[in-house]
Amino acid sequence: MFQSVQNDALTCWVLRAGAVISALVMLLILAFLLIESWPVLDQITPARFFTDTSWHPIEGTYNLTPMLSGTLLASMGALLLAIPLGITSALFIVFYAPTHLALPYKRMIELLAGIPSVVFGFWGLTTLVPLINQLHPPGASLLAAILVLTLMILPTITLTTYSALKAVPSEFLHNAAALGLSRWGMIHGIAFPAARSGIVAGVILAAGRAIGETMAVLMVAGNVVQHPEGLFDPIRTLAANIALEMAYAMGDHRAVLFVSGLLLMLLVMVLSAMASKIGKNQYA
Amino acid sequence: MITTHKRLLLFSLTCLAIGFGWFASADANAASQRLVLTGSSTVAPLVGEIVRKYESMHPGVRIDVQTGGSSRGINDTRNGIADIGMVSRALKPNEKDLHAYTIALDGVSVILHASNPVSVLSKQQIADIYTGKITNWKSVGGADARITVVNKAEGRSTLELFLQYFQLKNSQIKPHIIIGDNPQGIKTITGNPHAVGYVSIGAAEYEAKRGAPIRLLALDGVDASVAHVHSGAFPLSRPLNLITSHVPQGLAQHFITFARSQQTHELVEAQYFVPISAE
Amino acid sequence: MLEVTTINKWPHYRDRFVQLVIYLLVFLVSAVFAWILFDLARGGLTHLSWEFLIESPRDAGRAGGIGSVLVSTLLILLVALTAALPLAWTTAALLAEYVPTTSQFGVTVRFSLQVLAGVPSIVFGLFGNAFFSVYLGLGFSILSGGLTLACMLLPILVSTAEAGLRAVPQSYRLSAAALGMSRTATLFHLLLPVAAPTLAAGLLLGIGRAIAETAALLFTSGYVDRMPGSLLDSGRALALHIFDLSMNVPGGDTPAYASALVLVVLLLCINMLAMKLAYGLQRRKIMTT
Repeated sequence: MFQSVQNDALTCWVLRAGAVISALVMLLILAFLLIESWPVLDQITPARFFTDTSWHPIEGTYNLTPMLSGTLLASMGALLLAIPLGITSALFIVFYAPTHLALPYKRMIELLAGIPSVVFGFWGLTTLVPLINQLHPPGASLLAAILVLTLMILPTITLTTYSALKAVPSEFLHNAAALGLSRWGMIHGIAFPAARSGIVAGVILAAGRAIGETMAVLMVAGNVVQHPEGLFDPIRTLAANIALEMAYAMGDHRAVLFVSGLLLMLLVMVLSAMASKIGKNQYA
Repeated sequence: MITTHKRLLLFSLTCLAIGFGWFASADANAASQRLVLTGSSTVAPLVGEIVRKYESMHPGVRIDVQTGGSSRGINDTRNGIADIGMVSRALKPNEKDLHAYTIALDGVSVILHASNPVSVLSKQQIADIYTGKITNWKSVGGADARITVVNKAEGRSTLELFLQYFQLKNSQIKPHIIIGDNPQGIKTITGNPHAVGYVSIGAAEYEAKRGAPIRLLALDGVDASVAHVHSGAFPLSRPLNLITSHVPQGLAQHFITFARSQQTHELVEAQYFVPISAE
Repeated sequence: MLEVTTINKWPHYRDRFVQLVIYLLVFLVSAVFAWILFDLARGGLTHLSWEFLIESPRDAGRAGGIGSVLVSTLLILLVALTAALPLAWTTAALLAEYVPTTSQFGVTVRFSLQVLAGVPSIVFGLFGNAFFSVYLGLGFSILSGGLTLACMLLPILVSTAEAGLRAVPQSYRLSAAALGMSRTATLFHLLLPVAAPTLAAGLLLGIGRAIAETAALLFTSGYVDRMPGSLLDSGRALALHIFDLSMNVPGGDTPAYASALVLVVLLLCINMLAMKLAYGLQRRKIMTT
C-alpha cells in the first residue's frame, strides 16, 4: 500500500501539516492570552501594576508587586537550597557512590521527579505547615513554600547535572587521574568547568519550573497578598493567585489575571531561552 | 509480524471508536434535558443534594453545578452561560432585573477552635482582631498566643456581608491566611488552635456535627444557631437564592419549584440551613 | 643530594571532608523522601480497598471511593493522547527525516515547541479556559481538559519521538534506499518499528506527566465528581480530587492519602515501564528533559 513513490509527496505534506499545527499551538496560546488581557491593557496603564496601592480587585487596585516579590523570593529561596543538594546528589551518583548505591539512588530521584505537585503540596499541608506552626504561627508561610519548591526542583537539578557530568569526555577524567589529582581536585578542577554550561542550563530550567509552580505553593503558602517581612510571613505567588481567583474573577479582574499569566509566560520564556543558549556552548 | 501489528491496531481503534461513540451518543440524549447552575460555594452543596434527588426522580435530566461565587452566579445568569444562578445574599438594587427565588436561610458566624478558652468576643473586639489592632489572645482573655487571622478571598459574598456588618474595607484587614470556600476555612481553623475565621453557619454546623473541633461564637449576644437564624434574631443572616434572568420556564421552572417545595426541607435541614415555608 | 619532602596531607583531608558532606546531604535527601513515602503509606494504606477503587465518592469524598474519578482521569487522558499523538509523531517524523536541521522551518518548529515546554501549567489552564471552554463553547468538560493537556504534552512527545528516530542508524536508511523502498515505506515499515520502544517510552512519560497535572485542569474540566456520561460532561481528575480533599474537605485527609498513594503507585509503574523500554542513549536524553 505504501510502496509507490508518488505517496512520498503526500506523506511529506501530511507530516508538514502536522508540524505546522504543532508550531501554531504556541502562537494560539500567546494570541488568546493577549486577547483576554487586552481589555485591561487598553484601559489600565502597565505602570499601575506596580504603583497601585494594593491588590484589591473589588476596589479596583491591581498592584502586582507583592505577588511578584513573593514569587521571586520563594523561587530564589528554593534555588538556594536545591542547588547544593542537587549538585551533590549528582556528584554522588557519578563519582562517589559504589555501584550498588548509585543506581537505586538515581531511581529514587527519578521517582521524585515524577511525583505530582499536589502530592508534595498535600504532604506540606499535613506535615510541614503544622511543624512550622509550632515554631512560629501561622505555619503556612514563605518558608513552607520554599521547602516544598526545593523538593520539587531538586530532582530536575540533579538529573540535568548528572547528564552534564556524564557528558564530560572520559579522557579528561583519565588524564586527571594520571596526573595524580585527588577526587575532589578532579571534580573541582576538571569536571565542573567542563560541565558548567550544562549545569547552569539545568539550574535556569529549574528556576523556570519554580516560578511557574502553582498547586504546591497554593496549598502551603497562606495566600496573603503582601511583601513578606520574614520567612514566616504568608505570601501569594503570581501562579497561585491565578488559580485562587480565576474562578471568581470577571471583567477587568479576569483580564488582569490573564496579564499576570502573560507575565509568567514571558518570564519563563526568557529563562528557557537563556538556558538553551548557555546549554549550546557546552563542550561535548 | 506486520499482520499482528495491524490486527492489534485495528482492534484497539475499534474499541476506541466504540467507546467514544457511546460517550458521544449519551451526550446527544442528555443535551435536551440539561441545566447549568453556577454561583455561590455556600449554596452549591445544598443545591448539589437537591440536584441528586431531582435526577433520581427524573432520569434523563442532567444538571451541572459549578461554583464561582455569588457575583459569578449573577454574571453567568445575565450572560446566559448559566440557566440558574446561586447567590448567597439578597439581590442588590442594581440587580433588580433578575428574579430571585429563596430556597433557604443561612447566617455568617465567627468560629474558633474548640480548645480556645475564649467564649465571647464583642463586635469591636472582632473588628480590632481583623484590622490587626489586637494581636494576642491574652488581650481578649485567652491564652498567650498570637492570633492567626483567617480571611476569605475576594469575590465571595460571605466576605462582603462580613465587611458590611463590621463596617470595614477589605484593604483594612490584616489576614494571616486567606481561604476560599467555607469548608476550607473550617479545615484551616481545625488545624490551627489559635486561629479565628468566619464561615456560613450551615457549613460550620455541618462540620461540627461531623466532629470538627470548632466553636461558633455569639454575635452581639445572640448565639449563632440555626434556630436563631430561623427566628431572625441572628444579626448576620442572609437568604440563599436561586436566580434567573427572566421568569423561568420548562425544566428550570420545574426544578426551582421542586427546590422550594416541602420535598427538599429534609435536605435543607441536613445542611443546617433554615428551610423557608413554601408559598 | 637528599631532598626532604613533606607530604601535603591537606588535599587528602579536604577530599575526605567533601566526601563526608556529600554523603550527609545525600542521606538528608533520601531521608526526606522516605519520610514523605512513609507518611503517605501510614495515612492512606488502611483506607485502600477494592471498593475504594470502584465506588464513586460520597459525602464530598469522605466516604465511598474514587471510581468515577479514575474513569474521568482515563477519559481525559484518552482525549489528550488522541489529539496529541498524531500531531506529535508526524512533527517528529518531519523533523527527524524530512527536514534538514538548519532549515528555517525546522528551526521555527523546534523553537516554538521549546517555548511550549517551558510554559507554566497554570498558563495552559488560562489558555484552555479562554479557548476551549469559552471560545469554542465546550464549557467545563472532559473534552476541554483533554485538549488542554494535549497542548501540554506536545513538546515532550515530539522530543522523545525525534530522539528515537534519530537514534536509528543511518545504515538502515541507506539500505532501504538501496533496495528501492520509497521514503514513506522506509518510515512506516522500517524506522518507526525500530524506534517503537523509544516512542512508547516517550508516550508513557507523557502519560505520567498528564496524570500528574492539576493546574491546567482546574478551569477546563471542572470539579464534578459524578461518573461522566459523555465527553462534554465535567469530570474530576485524580490529582484534582486529591487537591479538593486536602484543601476543602475537613475530614478528607484519609481518602486524600489513599488517593495520593494510588496516584504515586500508578506513576511508579508507568515510570518503571518507560525505563525498561528506553535504553542507553535514549534513556539519558529522555529522562533529563
